[in-house]
Amino acid sequence: MRKPDIFKVPIGPQHPALKEPESFSVSLSGEKILGVDIRIGYNHRGIEKACEERTYVQDVYLIERICGICSHTHATCFVQAVEEIAGLEVPKRGLYLRTLIAELERIHSHLLWLGVAGHEIGFDTLLMYTWRDREIVMDVLADLTGGRVNYGMNTIGGVRHNITPEQAQKVLTAMDKLEEQTKYYIELALGEATLAARLSGVGVLSHEDCVKLGAVGPTARASNVDRDTRRDDPYAAYGDVSFSVITDDHNDVFGRTVVRVKELMESYSIIRQLLKNLPEGPIAVKAPRKIPIGEAVSRYEAPRGEDVHYVKANGTEKPERVKVRAPTLANVQAVKKMLENRYLADLPIIIAAIDPCFSCTDRMINIREVASKNSRIMEWETLRQKGIEHYRKQGIDFSKVKITQSF
Amino acid sequence: MGLTKKIVTWARIKSPWIIHFNTGACNACDIEIIAALTPRYDLERFGVLLKGTPRHADILVCSGPVTRQIEDRLIRIYEQMAEPKFVIAVGSCACSGGVCAGCYNVKGGINSTIPVSAYIPGCPASPKAIIDGAVKLLTSLKG
Repeated sequence: MRKPDIFKVPIGPQHPALKEPESFSVSLSGEKILGVDIRIGYNHRGIEKACEERTYVQDVYLIERICGICSHTHATCFVQAVEEIAGLEVPKRGLYLRTLIAELERIHSHLLWLGVAGHEIGFDTLLMYTWRDREIVMDVLADLTGGRVNYGMNTIGGVRHNITPEQAQKVLTAMDKLEEQTKYYIELALGEATLAARLSGVGVLSHEDCVKLGAVGPTARASNVDRDTRRDDPYAAYGDVSFSVITDDHNDVFGRTVVRVKELMESYSIIRQLLKNLPEGPIAVKAPRKIPIGEAVSRYEAPRGEDVHYVKANGTEKPERVKVRAPTLANVQAVKKMLENRYLADLPIIIAAIDPCFSCTDRMINIREVASKNSRIMEWETLRQKGIEHYRKQGIDFSKVKITQSF
Repeated sequence: MGLTKKIVTWARIKSPWIIHFNTGACNACDIEIIAALTPRYDLERFGVLLKGTPRHADILVCSGPVTRQIEDRLIRIYEQMAEPKFVIAVGSCACSGGVCAGCYNVKGGINSTIPVSAYIPGCPASPKAIIDGAVKLLTSLKG
């Protein structure tokens, strides 16, 4: 008998199923996926490097633009690290408002995901429904912060916008409306036979594999990994609110859907608690322009999972190093496992189920010389030299900044 | 304008099919483009339809600055589109590089790589601005 042929299908960087440029080289035997090579990096812009050339305040706005869906995530994670280095005590009200926007962002992100997942399985009605409801939370965000997507809410030492009782009332009304709609989605996700049949058993990631591959967020919680930074390492105002961490033991895309829709309900409850117990007082403290020498790691539970920022300060007004570990980077390794022995037709929904965000993830590039086909990875020192030279050409000399103290 | 040309222009304006390509954007403009296509804003009432392949599309909607890795792919996608083709740059990054201008892996705005027909500024461009830009482009085709 003839051995079955292995056929390679390139998917991406432009593909109708992918919302962002990334590339998958899928080895197929018939319809079955034997292996996948994931190639990311199309979205790498060099934001970490650019952060070193800007002041801390400018960085807050630049970092917000790492990702348009979790903009508040990255900005909060960064300012938390800087506040820790500078030893700033953020007022309680500031922390509450920060948490409020974080939860509103989670709602908009999860509703967005539900729609995209619907679209990927050919259920476009769900896309239209959820995106219609998502506009409710977008209106609330625009009302509170002035921006629909990039909120500009954070500043080092607190938040920039206060909330009036009328605005709080508007948020509560919106939550009631959304809760009503979400109940319908829960009913749909748990009860609708066609949806369950399409999603059950697709993209299975066992509990052991999940722990081994270090998946985070709803992807991990759907494999029964009870892990949530909001509870395990409370930041902002999460220590003051009660909520339950949703886990599920389906281990598949169905489980990930259930986790996300149930998390929506938790978010509504958190927002109600925050607004009920909102303390009076200032919303921010004044931050120094120069941040003292030090380093800090900050963790934050983004809608997609745990986001980690590392900031190293050298006593000037610009950071020495900023490092971002986005949740998708932790989850994308697991995709390979999920795709093995599945059908090609399941690929879009499996990739979508981790809620990938490649603009967050693409933190480095591998340079391949076309002529010699050699590939090289730039070391941190080379990259730094390159960066200094690049900016010197533009008239900015960063090499003059001397790091006097080592730590 | 001859009758045939008039009919062709009329048909073209009534059914502009778009393809959306993220050239290194942060997702903000992308979700606003999708938001413009969903019930609240409903860009489809102008005949706009999102397609999956550049070969079916008349308008290439780009978001984000052009990163060095995406550059060749962007040119390839542009070349795959059938004439006449138009390019809309959505968002400040696509217009000029925006906050990412000057980053070592960013080439610049979309017009650093391919010709652009319409620019929609904003960080991110709101769905209202996207509708306004799309309608202005279509109106300009009436000639």
